[in-house]
Amino acid sequence: MTTHAPQTGQSVTLPASLDEAVAALTAMPAAVPVAGGTDLMAAVNKGQLRPAGLVGLGRISEIRGWRYQDGHALLGAGLTHARMGRPDFAALIPALAAAARAAGPPQIRNAGTLGGNIATAAPTGDTLPVLAALEADLVIAGPGGTRREIPVSHLLAGREMLAPAELIGFVRVPLLHAPQVFLKATGRTGPGRATASVAVVLDPARRGVRCAVGAIAPMPLRPLEAERWIASLIDWDGERGLAGEALAAFGEYVAAACIPDPAPAEQGEEQPVLPPAVLHVRRTVAALARRALGRALS
Amino acid sequence: MSNDAATTTTTTPRTVDGPQTEPPAHGLGASLPPADARAKTEGTFPYAADLWAEGLLWAAILRSPHPHARISSIDTSAALEMPGVRAVVTHEDIPGDSAYGRRIADRPVFASELVRHHGEAIAAVAADHPDTARLAAAAIAVEYEVLEPVTDPEKAFAAEPLHPDGNLIRHIPLRYGDPDVTGEVIVEGLYRIGRQDPAPIGAEAGLAVPRPDGGVELYVASTDPHTDRDLAAACFGLEPDRVKVVVTGVPGATGDREDPGFQLPLGLLALRTGCPVKLTATREESFLGHAHRHPTLLRYRHHADTEGHLVKVEAQLLLDAGAYADASSESLAAAVAFACGPYVVPHAFIEGWAVRTNNPPSGHVRGEGAMQVCAAYEAQMDKLSAKLGVDPTELRLRNALATGDILPTGQTVTCPAPVAELLRSVRDFPLPSLPKDSPENDWLLPGGPEGAGEPGAIRRGVGYALGMVHMLGAEGADEVSTATVKVHDGIATVICAAVETGQGFSTLARQIVQETLGIEEVHVASIDTDQPPAGPAAHGRHTWVSGGAVERAAKMVRTQLLQPLAHKFGMSTELLQITDGKITSYDGVLSTTVMEAMDGKELWATAQCRPHPTEPLDESGQGDAFVGLAFCAIRAVVDVDIELGSIRVVEMAVAQDVGRVLNPAQLAARIEAGVTQGVGTALTENLRTARGLVRHPDLTGYALPTSLDAPDIRIVKLVEERDVVAPFGAKAASAVPVVTSPAAVASAVRAATGRPINRLPIRPQAAVAVPNS
Repeated sequence: MTTHAPQTGQSVTLPASLDEAVAALTAMPAAVPVAGGTDLMAAVNKGQLRPAGLVGLGRISEIRGWRYQDGHALLGAGLTHARMGRPDFAALIPALAAAARAAGPPQIRNAGTLGGNIATAAPTGDTLPVLAALEADLVIAGPGGTRREIPVSHLLAGREMLAPAELIGFVRVPLLHAPQVFLKATGRTGPGRATASVAVVLDPARRGVRCAVGAIAPMPLRPLEAERWIASLIDWDGERGLAGEALAAFGEYVAAACIPDPAPAEQGEEQPVLPPAVLHVRRTVAALARRALGRALS
Repeated sequence: MSNDAATTTTTTPRTVDGPQTEPPAHGLGASLPPADARAKTEGTFPYAADLWAEGLLWAAILRSPHPHARISSIDTSAALEMPGVRAVVTHEDIPGDSAYGRRIADRPVFASELVRHHGEAIAAVAADHPDTARLAAAAIAVEYEVLEPVTDPEKAFAAEPLHPDGNLIRHIPLRYGDPDVTGEVIVEGLYRIGRQDPAPIGAEAGLAVPRPDGGVELYVASTDPHTDRDLAAACFGLEPDRVKVVVTGVPGATGDREDPGFQLPLGLLALRTGCPVKLTATREESFLGHAHRHPTLLRYRHHADTEGHLVKVEAQLLLDAGAYADASSESLAAAVAFACGPYVVPHAFIEGWAVRTNNPPSGHVRGEGAMQVCAAYEAQMDKLSAKLGVDPTELRLRNALATGDILPTGQTVTCPAPVAELLRSVRDFPLPSLPKDSPENDWLLPGGPEGAGEPGAIRRGVGYALGMVHMLGAEGADEVSTATVKVHDGIATVICAAVETGQGFSTLARQIVQETLGIEEVHVASIDTDQPPAGPAAHGRHTWVSGGAVERAAKMVRTQLLQPLAHKFGMSTELLQITDGKITSYDGVLSTTVMEAMDGKELWATAQCRPHPTEPLDESGQGDAFVGLAFCAIRAVVDVDIELGSIRVVEMAVAQDVGRVLNPAQLAARIEAGVTQGVGTALTENLRTARGLVRHPDLTGYALPTSLDAPDIRIVKLVEERDVVAPFGAKAASAVPVVTSPAAVASAVRAATGRPINRLPIRPQAAVAVPNS
């Protein structure tokens, strides 16, 4: 017996391909796509959402794996966090694997998907800063078998939205063959939402360092100046190591870029200061960025 | 375990290498597993949420979205018109008392004019589908005039009364000794304790079934069925015998369950519709509705001489009771009485207040009152030790309470109080190895296995705390329990309305009967209010009063069984022994089996246990208010990432005053559970509010300890000094580790970071030990 009565009159479709799924959504615009359901079903159980219909994405085998495509990995949106956390994936995209392993308890990682993490776009989504740092692109499937690509950051920032009946099909991630680190601060030792997270990836081919900070703003933040500055200090053909002071300065630079000081006061007014809780987040970001870069360069 | 020595001490096997005596398989001292363990593990154990009745309706409760508002109008017509809706009840539909309260009837079943906290019930709906019921509840139109909420307990004194009874629920000005004495060394502190939620793993649920005689049966996970029955009957306008509370499986209870505000609407709807009605609370409703631990503000001043002997303690304690009195009076009494902790204090001046606010309701959560003050007085002891340059354990030992000492309430400690022995035990227990000394082990850093912890930023700290709680109801509460023991066909049955909440009472009852009657197969009957009352499952009282009642009833059955034999052989019943179903005389001449002696008869006996009475604290906080006390010492070892402020509790070493070990496995489980709850109190558990509105009423926002957060718990010593007035000499064990462990964790974080740590739970920014950048 269950306390949740059957959903009367609700349609559930289980398409076998991305195009079928798009067709099902086109046919029933009120239907909601569901993959892992870790966010959707929580909203349903809370009574915040009563979807008129569901389009289950779990049987679309083409989006549950990944393949290589000219120097990139094309990741299916249906990849679970558990799958991304495994060693073979970690050898390919270490920071994404680390983020997937850090996301929630095993039950959630077994169900929650990469595409779902992007579509939900929660500030604390663990894969998002990694995707931002990797400058990943999304392959979006639309009606009539169309495919379009947009940068993941455009979707997260709301610059471009998914049109009705569109689905995130794949995530295209460059394979950089260099160290990548994802670090996250939480309130407890067990699984928890990030209070701040930092992804640092090295791109030796382009002699670049890319960094994204998650969980402190509605979308991952990129400290571009700090990235360029630190990349210019690294001896890309040599040891790549940096002095502790440089790492610490990078951390401070990143933190100050993401959490700027309040604007200077007008004359005669008292200089506003950041509240202690915000200062703590800034300190946390600085420590995470310093540690992440240090680990990437070690 | 030896029964002849009055004082014995045991150490748990995990810390002893020597040979162990084989523990008994049943009876007292055996690690008898709970009878329901298998069903609970397999998921077949029936909880209230699993109940079903033919033709049942589903209930939903409309709750206030505001913490403080005047209700201008309630229009239920839209809800009543919805297809499938069978009844809507509001304050106008209560046949009996419209207000209730376990101690003071100050809480409306449904808010009528004023809403006093976020989530207060306003109306309830019964419909043929749970979704319909929820939608209908949402369709009830309530016009509110939103009022400014009183959320700062310090401002409650001067604020407009939130309730006709006024904002001050209780004030205890404890005065003990000479107010003009001062010490040469003085330390002061201001401490804040957050709002812990009991967060039972199963949210509230219940089923109400109307009876043909106009009465109603309530199937709920009650921890105090007879009080709940009386409250329900008063609300329904029925005689108590026409309301029956049937206790279903209790899915976790560290406070009072169920909230009557949950079962009263349920019964009203069943009576109104004539149909069975079921209600299952969502997690959010659960967080909003039930009672929390009192958020407390504590101001302390400790005076000591230069040797570190305490001279005087001055304290002001302010408990935020929320809008209604509930158990605040008892919580305040415990906080004031134990404000100095298990230390000898010649002069004490403690002022305590419990006040109303528009914050979420506070009430009984185990260790209430005692937990909040423990965190504060132990912080003061750390401050004193730093100021005097005396080792923290040495300072505590110099002041430790012992049997014969006097509490600041004027009550003499007559029970065993092995406080110094407990502290020495945890102090002398070897510290866990440092990661650099055991590189073969994986080092779990603060932040977890995939976290950001960096070994170079980790500081380890060791801290100590001593805690105490009272057992049983205090201040003149009539603590009584009644139990019946029946023996038939070689099987014994215990009938006692003491609810098994997970504390292990039903296992203990079986052990007591096994011990007394030598019968291995003992069943514990399910509980309803047709049985005589046993009182609430709180303050460890069932081990004491209900255990005592079961023992007396079993002894009466024993006498009935043995009397004919004793008469026949011309010896007293004391000379006969029952073991493994056989009756033998002291000299071995007589030998028969229990089955034979029973001769097909059925033996019944009912007995009561009522401990010696207590008295209320008087106008200066004096009085013999407590039946018994239990003590605990904990040493916490923590790792702190001093840059991120993330904390992991590595190990908790516990020494506890238990009187007598009745079930070693169950006792260890209770201590481990209590310590883990205390770690949650110390680090993460705080139900946050913003202007009276509960933020994040879910288990993502309210972070309970997970298996990775739970430390290694070492039970270093269980001091078995029998409490002569307690049945079996045993003391309740669940509450005192809950009280003591948050203070121990705070002390260890203080040692690791050098930061003051004056607020629980400890926020990461309070544990950062690098200069602000």
